[in-house]
Amino acid sequence: MSEPILRLRGITKSFGPVEVLKGVDFEAHAGEVTALVGDNGAGKSTLVKCVGGTYAIDGGEYLFEGKPVTVRGPRDAAALGIEIVYQDLALADNLDIVQNMFLGRESLNRKTRTLDEAEMEHLAGEALASLSVRTVKSVRQKVSSLSGGQRQTVAIAKTVLWNSRVVILDEPTAALGVAQTAQVLDLVRRLADQGMAVILISHNMLDVLKVSDRVAALYLGRMAAQVKTSEINHTQIVELITAGRSGSLGLVEHAEAKEGAAA
Amino acid sequence: MTGTETTATRDVVAEHEAANPAANVTALIPQTPGGSFRAYLRNLRGGETGSVPAVVGALILMVIFGVAQGNFLSSSNLVAIVQQAAPTTIMAMGLVFVLLLGEIDLSAGVVGSTAAAFGAVLSVKHGMPWYVAILGSAAFGGVVGLVLGWLRAKLGIPSFVVTLSAFIAFQGVQILVINSKSNGIQVSDQTLHDLYFGRLSPAAGWIVLVVSVLLYVLVKLVQSAARKRRKLAVEPVAVLGLRALAIAVFGGVFVYLMNIDQSVAWQRREGIHQRGVPWSAVIILGLLVVLAFVLTKTRYGRHVFAVGGSEEAARRAGIRVLAIRTSVFVLCSGLAALSGLILAGQLGGVSTGDGTGNTLLLAVAAAVIGGTSLMGGRGRIVDAILGGVVLAILQNGISDLLQGNNASAYELIIEGSVLLLAAAVDSMSRRARR
Repeated sequence: MSEPILRLRGITKSFGPVEVLKGVDFEAHAGEVTALVGDNGAGKSTLVKCVGGTYAIDGGEYLFEGKPVTVRGPRDAAALGIEIVYQDLALADNLDIVQNMFLGRESLNRKTRTLDEAEMEHLAGEALASLSVRTVKSVRQKVSSLSGGQRQTVAIAKTVLWNSRVVILDEPTAALGVAQTAQVLDLVRRLADQGMAVILISHNMLDVLKVSDRVAALYLGRMAAQVKTSEINHTQIVELITAGRSGSLGLVEHAEAKEGAAA
Repeated sequence: MTGTETTATRDVVAEHEAANPAANVTALIPQTPGGSFRAYLRNLRGGETGSVPAVVGALILMVIFGVAQGNFLSSSNLVAIVQQAAPTTIMAMGLVFVLLLGEIDLSAGVVGSTAAAFGAVLSVKHGMPWYVAILGSAAFGGVVGLVLGWLRAKLGIPSFVVTLSAFIAFQGVQILVINSKSNGIQVSDQTLHDLYFGRLSPAAGWIVLVVSVLLYVLVKLVQSAARKRRKLAVEPVAVLGLRALAIAVFGGVFVYLMNIDQSVAWQRREGIHQRGVPWSAVIILGLLVVLAFVLTKTRYGRHVFAVGGSEEAARRAGIRVLAIRTSVFVLCSGLAALSGLILAGQLGGVSTGDGTGNTLLLAVAAAVIGGTSLMGGRGRIVDAILGGVVLAILQNGISDLLQGNNASAYELIIEGSVLLLAAAVDSMSRRARR
């Protein structure tokens, strides 16, 4: 098995007296979709924000391509090629698809230093085509006219444009209907097929089983298990999320503590 | 179980893709003039009203006033309308930037006139040449805008409050700057007068028109060529030709009307002519080109739109929201200073109380009538011109039409109603686009 592009070892993070991450191990491989699951309050968002540089980690190792790195802010993470697509997407409604995809990173004409609209439209079209996006009629549509799935598509396609290495998707299908969910999941798969390491946060077990290669289950600030999706079923994932263990999988010491309390 | 559900959802996608076979990932540009027109109508129905309300409003008003008073459509009155529109239009151009962010600047009228008073003091009391007066005035406006913008952006005081405070305070500053027992300063500099009254020679008017149309076509062709090189959809040449033709015809009629000699018999005997495109119209054209360029072709302009559309998206994209927010107030106050100078040219000087009253609200009305949204995110520089012209037509026509004791009362009521109507159109078109 190849070296994971992103590897976290024993990550801890506290907010005052509250210890949210209690030594989390996590890894994401290039070309794979890693589903990050866990109940509310398990620490998914905190973990993702640590990866993205929004929060500084208190302890543990952050390895990128096998080398220890220090991520002090979102800019550091972006420089490594880590891109987070947040649930609220944050697109500007009054701008079109191309303008949103290039927001803050507009191409300029070399001679005149003006916006190079043709270049941006060309690259945006290429990025969408590389993901086989067929649901967008025109790249010059205003984002306000797009459906939820199309907005998600735009936000995801943006990560292709910037040659991201690790893409973190926060609940991309939470607000979508059946057809649009399927489209977005297809998109997630294609991102991984392009060689990116995709981290998918989801509450929907069907989505997780359908699209992911690995499942990482967080339970009360600990990594209960990180296993191949092919080696696990729906019930086991639910048990990992709700109890932290399932058969031979999961947190041993926690189960023992529980048994001890019961005895 | 999960396996069957997977195939079921895959089928939905397949169906969807079969229904939408065209994988068009470039811009969707109609390829015939008819198609362009139909796309335009579709946008209209979708709430993208653009210039239509302003243009239709201007035409209706011109017909009404033209029928009611024989001399409304005389060339001398049309020149007067163009001149009267200038101060409001230029102030509205600055307000477009502020409105794009969903902000408001209630102080622009007073700050503009105070800046103009500063320029007048430089010219009259210190004997400075006209360009120093203009630059000094613009710098005064710019500095005030910087302070207002900083108070809004950095301290987070609502722009309504910041600029209302400035509206009140600068009426006092204006008195201090003018500092005269007669409450005013007469400006004698000819160039400063000409900002309002100056006229181009007839030939110069035609040259400006021809150069403008040629530049427009050239820019469009260069853009089109850049798109073709990357195999993107381009606007058909016929549509570009029709656009250029429309601009040329409209501009030609305008220059022709402005060039009609309005001198009366004795002036003609003395060899004095009253003709030519007003300077103010050329100033406005110049500002239109420069500001529209900034807003639509530069990174800065794109970021102004982004902050107006979604501050959060702009911040995450690494845009310096604070700087953008401050800068629009600088632009607005700077342009207000220019507007104040042109007003001073009209009035022959500056006096205390200039720029108060509804000066500012008329400029806001101009931008909104033209199609700029009060809620931010949508607006164009040309909106200021369209709205400024509509308001100038309205004021000019009504002041002649309404006579008697209560004439000015009705004028105020009608002007207020027009602003309200424009804001209503803005809100309704916003709802249609949802």
